[in-house]
Amino acid sequence: MKEVLVTVLLHEVAHSRAGDKGNRINLSLFPYDAEAYPLLAEQVTAEKVLALFRHRGATGARRYDLPLLHGFNFVIDEVLEGGVNGSLNLDGHGKTHSFRLLALPVVVPERFTRRR
Amino acid sequence: MGKDDVFRVGNGAGFSGDRVDAPGPVVDTLIERGGPAALFFECLGERTVALAQLEKRRDPARGYEPMLERLLEPVLEKCIRHGIRILGNFGAANPQGAGRVVARLAERLGLGTIRIGVVTGDDVRDRVDLSTLEVYEADVALEASGELVSANVYLDAQPMVAALREGAQVVITGRCGDPSLLLAPLIHHFGWAADDWPRIAVGSAAGHLLECGGQVTGGVYYDPGYKDIPDPANLGFPIAEVSSRGQLVITKAENTGGLVNCQVVKEQLVYEVHDPSQYITPDVTLDFTGVSVREIGRDRVEVLGVRGKPAPERLKATVCFEGGWLGEGEVSVAGPNCLARARSIADVLRQRLRIRKLDVRARVDLIGVASVHDDDRGTLSSGYAGPEPAEVRIRLAASGAREEDVDQAAREVLALLTNGPAGTGGARWRTTRRIRTQSYLVPRSIVDARVRVGTAREMA
Repeated sequence: MKEVLVTVLLHEVAHSRAGDKGNRINLSLFPYDAEAYPLLAEQVTAEKVLALFRHRGATGARRYDLPLLHGFNFVIDEVLEGGVNGSLNLDGHGKTHSFRLLALPVVVPERFTRRR
Repeated sequence: MGKDDVFRVGNGAGFSGDRVDAPGPVVDTLIERGGPAALFFECLGERTVALAQLEKRRDPARGYEPMLERLLEPVLEKCIRHGIRILGNFGAANPQGAGRVVARLAERLGLGTIRIGVVTGDDVRDRVDLSTLEVYEADVALEASGELVSANVYLDAQPMVAALREGAQVVITGRCGDPSLLLAPLIHHFGWAADDWPRIAVGSAAGHLLECGGQVTGGVYYDPGYKDIPDPANLGFPIAEVSSRGQLVITKAENTGGLVNCQVVKEQLVYEVHDPSQYITPDVTLDFTGVSVREIGRDRVEVLGVRGKPAPERLKATVCFEGGWLGEGEVSVAGPNCLARARSIADVLRQRLRIRKLDVRARVDLIGVASVHDDDRGTLSSGYAGPEPAEVRIRLAASGAREEDVDQAAREVLALLTNGPAGTGGARWRTTRRIRTQSYLVPRSIVDARVRVGTAREMA
């Protein structure tokens, strides 16, 4: 049986939380279904995540894989326009950026999406 | 884990500004479950000590957690009666002052004989030469660093352990490792050695998971239709159950909202973590790469595989400088053609700052179109080609070294009420002081933590 692939926002497939330290943020990413972990590993690369934050001057992104937890930790450098102390942004801590990540489109089998 | 072998630590606050009615159900649950337990409060963000230091300059008696009495009054007597020790970093810039407040509160509640411990020594303003220290992690390069406001080292759990050993029933600290607040009563109860890395790691991981309060019970987690939680208005605060051998279960207060499941524990495990194999606390270097989680009951998640490596040789110190001023002004537009009117306001504000030659760095947000995800140039809002919003709130933010310039910039928003486009309303503006922080690595040898334990009567 051939599986139906759908293009959806990452938000349909995974959840995320943002944290800050200085002018960096980290974004965790966990698929709802552990079986989607390898697919996300292929599609949600550090380069793609960095591209989401280029307009803010982000200079680098790293992905740490957590296979036992079926998740990832992205660390993005120089993304907070000065951090909570220097930024003019309303969200100086960057708490809302987990949902910028979750707006990334991915192609996955329909069974991995939250709303089938 | 064996029943007799478990020590419970509940969390009563995850930041300065947390819900003051959260500790009550945590304490009730600790009492109901029986067995040895402690309660901790984490109230210090990176800048909180600096803001408290500024407050202490205005009034030397203050500079501690402003909600201290509101947080402790409902639970202090119960905790004392049931042998639940309380630890908190509500000392901020003035641990002695916080100690006096708790002492007076205790006296007022008829608890004048309780023992209070105050830890000092985190304030290293007079002990460090910044020019010789290595920078740890920076905000962007400090432009023309202002006057030094505060310099505080993250103390480890040991001074709190010493206070507990001297019989302190309430321990008050200033800056310390956030996880150290939960670790200290575990070290005291189980008699763990400071270099028993596997156990110190488990206690510190528990502290890391609980130090943000509701963030491990459904706060910062719930997303309607995707990740629902029961009764978020009554979010229950977390409790860690730790055994002498280092087993760890995360649970929460009974008869409250929120939840503890694998998803929320995983999110919080990685929260503010960079390299998961090197999460540094003053007590231990944590390695989360071997961690797994499993649900073992309703609102019960076991955390397995936490590893520990030796504590760092140097401690982190956060140094805060005066950082000039921030001015903010906002107005709203709504209804037909509101996006065009909002864009016009943004243009006019940028022109006004130039016309008035105000020495500020500025940014304009179109809230409802793009703001928190945007950059200072407005890349997302100027490129926006989506549907007409129902309303837009326009926000100007300006920073600079001179209060006068910054305040004048913010007031340009106010002036739009009569000079701006049709239907402009709801103006608000304010000017506040900014703090800049920089973290350094400090040799442990220059830190001299002191512990003073006395009765409430002696300290009041």
